[in-house]
Amino acid sequence: MSEATLFGLCGAALVGLGLYGLICHPGALRKILAFNLIGSGVFLLFGVVARRGAASGFGGDPVPQALVITGLVVAFAATALAVALVLRLAQTSGRTGLDPERPGQAEETRRTES
Amino acid sequence: MSGVAETITALQAALSGLGGTLLLFPVMLPLTGLLLAIPLGGRHAARIVLALLPLGLLAAVAIAAAVLDAGAPLRYDLGAWAPPLGVRLQADGLSATLLLTTAVVMLAVGLYALPGFRVPDGSSETRRPFAFWTLLLGVWGGLNLVFLGQDLFNLYVALELLTFSAVPLVCLDGRADTLAAALRYLLFALLGSILYVLGIALLYGEFGTLDIALLREHLAAAGSMPPAAIAAAALMTVGLLAKTALFPLHLWLPPAHAGAPPAASAVLSALVVKASFFLIVRIWFDLMPVLLTQSAAQILGALGAMAIVYGGVLALGQARLKLLVAYSTLAQLGYLFLIFPLAASPAGDATGEVLTGGMLQLVAHACAKAAMFMSAGLIAASLGQDRIQELAGIGRALPITVLAFGVGGLALVGIEPSGAYLAKTLLDGAVQAGGQWWWGLAMQIGGLLTAAYLIRVFFHAVSGFGRPPVLRSRPARYQELLVLGLALCSLALGLVPPSYLALVEVGRVAGVGGPLP
Repeated sequence: MSEATLFGLCGAALVGLGLYGLICHPGALRKILAFNLIGSGVFLLFGVVARRGAASGFGGDPVPQALVITGLVVAFAATALAVALVLRLAQTSGRTGLDPERPGQAEETRRTES
Repeated sequence: MSGVAETITALQAALSGLGGTLLLFPVMLPLTGLLLAIPLGGRHAARIVLALLPLGLLAAVAIAAAVLDAGAPLRYDLGAWAPPLGVRLQADGLSATLLLTTAVVMLAVGLYALPGFRVPDGSSETRRPFAFWTLLLGVWGGLNLVFLGQDLFNLYVALELLTFSAVPLVCLDGRADTLAAALRYLLFALLGSILYVLGIALLYGEFGTLDIALLREHLAAAGSMPPAAIAAAALMTVGLLAKTALFPLHLWLPPAHAGAPPAASAVLSALVVKASFFLIVRIWFDLMPVLLTQSAAQILGALGAMAIVYGGVLALGQARLKLLVAYSTLAQLGYLFLIFPLAASPAGDATGEVLTGGMLQLVAHACAKAAMFMSAGLIAASLGQDRIQELAGIGRALPITVLAFGVGGLALVGIEPSGAYLAKTLLDGAVQAGGQWWWGLAMQIGGLLTAAYLIRVFFHAVSGFGRPPVLRSRPARYQELLVLGLALCSLALGLVPPSYLALVEVGRVAGVGGPLP
């Protein structure tokens, strides 16, 4: 197994784990961490792409590396915004997550049942 | 008179002389405003926004005129570096249409929001106005960049700028339920954007470029779609669907759009969800026209049809006016996705009419929905609540506002001169030509449901012949007229001469399934 394949599989595993966490965990903080896990997987994939695309004699293709840096900044900003929202939500209502049963959905099921 | 005409001609000549440089204005105006507004603070931020919005409208009109005149897209290479080394801005017919819509709706929202987001006299700075005006500039800049960008990663950054400006708009009043709505919106949007970036990584790994035009050439040269490109298309589409709130990924939209202040709801519902839809159109029509086959497009169409029915039925059951308008957005977004199966129809090439119809529906919905959210906001502010059951007599107390709501609603239903009517006529033509009667059925059901939930609002609004309700405050007259004007824009859209509608098709590449350039 080549290096690129190994890193690619690691990236895929991280994305899978993160996706599971983002969808299945009720806690907001865990969802945010899971989002960061997916982000790490995607950035790892960019690294693999940079390595593979370096056919022209460079140590690595610089473009994906530049994309990763920008992506990191955006993911950091997103995480900061999300954590700020969770903190504010906890201060105002004492909740630390989106309810496992979404209020909107509960309303909808009630309506369809009646 | 002749002096005015001469000035206009001279202005037009000067603007068209700018050529591709014109494209810098829609991006630079909001971002410059943002840079100025943050140090200067809330009171000046409002002035900056209101000074920039007319300039933005002027730039959008100039771009649309230039694109229509030339019959070819406007281009601007940043730093004079051509792709693949540089990043290109390009305005084709679709971009020009959306830039113009954004400029009109933004100007209306900016004027409407003035009394609601004023820094009170005697106070030097308050949080709410400052946040609102700066975020509005961020949304405006993000939207324009999405419409002009040609580099997939650049588009991702634009989309994130848009999301990060739109999410805090939802929770401006800081109540717990709006905070939860904003958080849910953000999580859906983050999932969407990370899937989009994953698609970008796969495309870059396969082709080594992210410029849309170059990628299209590579894909055409490759003959069949490589598996990585198919995976990328699927990931990017699903990610963008989450941001557009198409049917199974819609859970975040109603609480977020209904909880935001009315001016913010208008922007979110009319424009922000359209940006990610616009990127889906870019991917399926411009980037990978080979992908637009019957089987793949039927999935998007089916989701759209389900959104039409589901959104319409839920709107019918809402107790609050703003939630009703938000669920109506879900349904109206569904119509937009019917263009994919209709354009992919094997019988004849109807892409031009279908895209024109889709864009008309988009523009008509943007103007009408902004007007409906803003008039619902005026009603809620005057009554202190917006329960539909308790609207009795409001039609007599606030006739212009209720008229504006009604005109916006009629424009959505699609009565004769409205943009939605023309859109549905064009789409119906494609339905007939392609023999896909089931999409026509979905559109008819959607129209009936729209009419039903509007009649329900009207029934309550015009009933109550006793004394009119006690109003807590009266909206400013100019606000009422502004909202009515915006609703009339949507209603009169069908009167636009066909020569102007040709704008949408400027810069289209090849027909779907046809030979690629």
